[in-house]
Amino acid sequence: MSKESSLKKFYGTREAYGETLVKLGRINRDIVVLDADLSGSTKTSMFAKEFPDRFFNMGVAEQNLIGTAAGLAASGKTVFVSTFAVFLTGRAWEQVRQSVSFPKQNVKLVSSHGGITVGPDGASHQSTEDISLMRTLANMKVVIPADAYEVKKVVEYAANFKGPIYIRCSRDKFPVLFDEDYVFELGKGKILRDGKDATIFACGIMVSASLEAASVLEQEGIDVRVVNMSSLKPIDEDLIIRSADDTGAIITAEEHSIIGGLGSAVAEILGENRPTPMIRVGIKDRFGMSGSSEDLLREYGLTATNLVNSAKKVLEKKGERVKA
Amino acid sequence: MVTDKVILELGKKAKLMRINILKMLTKAGSGHTGGSLSAVELLVSLYFYKMRHNPADPKWEERDKFVLSKGHAAPAFYSVLALSGYFPIEELMNLRKLGSILRGHPFSAVTPGVEVSTGSLGQGLSMAGGMAIAGKLDKKNTRVYAILGDGECQEGQIWESAMSCAHYKLDNLCVLIDRNGFQIDGPIMKIMEVEPFAQKWKAFGWEVFEVDGHNLREITDALDSAEKVRGRPSVIIAETIKGKGVSFIENENRFHGTTPTKEELEKALKEIGADE
Repeated sequence: MSKESSLKKFYGTREAYGETLVKLGRINRDIVVLDADLSGSTKTSMFAKEFPDRFFNMGVAEQNLIGTAAGLAASGKTVFVSTFAVFLTGRAWEQVRQSVSFPKQNVKLVSSHGGITVGPDGASHQSTEDISLMRTLANMKVVIPADAYEVKKVVEYAANFKGPIYIRCSRDKFPVLFDEDYVFELGKGKILRDGKDATIFACGIMVSASLEAASVLEQEGIDVRVVNMSSLKPIDEDLIIRSADDTGAIITAEEHSIIGGLGSAVAEILGENRPTPMIRVGIKDRFGMSGSSEDLLREYGLTATNLVNSAKKVLEKKGERVKA
Repeated sequence: MVTDKVILELGKKAKLMRINILKMLTKAGSGHTGGSLSAVELLVSLYFYKMRHNPADPKWEERDKFVLSKGHAAPAFYSVLALSGYFPIEELMNLRKLGSILRGHPFSAVTPGVEVSTGSLGQGLSMAGGMAIAGKLDKKNTRVYAILGDGECQEGQIWESAMSCAHYKLDNLCVLIDRNGFQIDGPIMKIMEVEPFAQKWKAFGWEVFEVDGHNLREITDALDSAEKVRGRPSVIIAETIKGKGVSFIENENRFHGTTPTKEELEKALKEIGADE
């Protein structure tokens, strides 16, 4: 580990969510929070402690969790619903579709334990399909924040925005990238580091890995643009096209299946507008497994090292293309 | 006690509803006839007797709320909304047409008087539960009503919700079950038995009423009694006849998801006494 990374600060995305909920709950009496027996893990327990009358634990019953949230939203409440990502988006997907997304109910789906960094619990509790499942729903917005400060801003945004939105938090603490002054804009990608040779579009924990990869590449004379693509839907179509024009090579990085996630979303835009050499870094049609987060990230290639190699590969593709 | 005169008036509304349901379904050419006709008296009792609502102001803050969890009975729902004055009766003839406010299954965004969107079975009770919790949070005196199908009660989500509505002591919630005994593939007892039905609801902590679902006096009495229950939600299990009111549609499961032909419509209207 480099000296720089050993000095990194870490801050939990789910902790940031719990703190923000409490803050919002003090300002807005219409905010209610529901959980399905995982409030200690999702950190909605912080809201439950301060506002027991506005917190509803629905037990181990995710379908009813979503339906009840929809009924509360139909009655004018701003409803935050939380459980693990795999249960929130998978177990109750059709309830989200019928009761929330289709009638545009004001329900905020905020998961914890997204991706494989759930760790030792293994595949049953890991979520590698949630972006795909939520992205396909009409009316649904999808955001995967890159650090805890972004979580705060996204959750505040969600509370003031009317309609359904999915926000993914994680079990592990994320390296801190931003601060309290961070500004979140739905539908906008943020260039965190500019470069001319290739662009990495990343979301979630892969944003910090991408920045790390960019530093390594810089030392080898490769100049890479890194974009925080936290807003997966709507997605910043203009920035994707512009980056293809500016850099001519694209990498996507996500702690999610490359089928249906960020890689797919970017490929859809490029395919229709600017076919460009591209590599998708993510989980390649596999389920997760048990292990420490660090081991799992390595096993699935979700590392700065793999991003460095992928950048070199995509530059080769770009080179072949220029020659042709 | 409801007067005879009120019961008589409700009966007239029920007859009008059946006429409209049959006409709109025949015009639409698709839709659910049997399960719409079985729910008529339940809807009439709610909209013309029990519920406080204001068709001129569908979003009136002090209204009681209704959820049609068995969303496929939309023709009956739309018919009672039109008769109440939420939109013109003529609109019923646009059922299921592109651009109409009357979709195949209830969609809250387009139809005045429709609170939530249903059609995928098993989800309406959860939403009604959420609405009842909201009513408690806002310290309102309003009530929430929901009509469920008996076949729908095969969905696990119904029982998740049954558990939570009792847990949260939602005595402002009253569920009516259209117990017509059939589902699309045949009789419920053959496809997937739900009995002992009343016992199940009792075991989940609900106050249970059992009525003849076509007897307006029994339904209205049960609705009045349910309102007095404290500390738990109520369920009225209403024994009904699928396709009620037309001899050749009653208990004829072909009419679960199909509509009468023009000839069948004429025959049916004559039998109901549409001209009288």
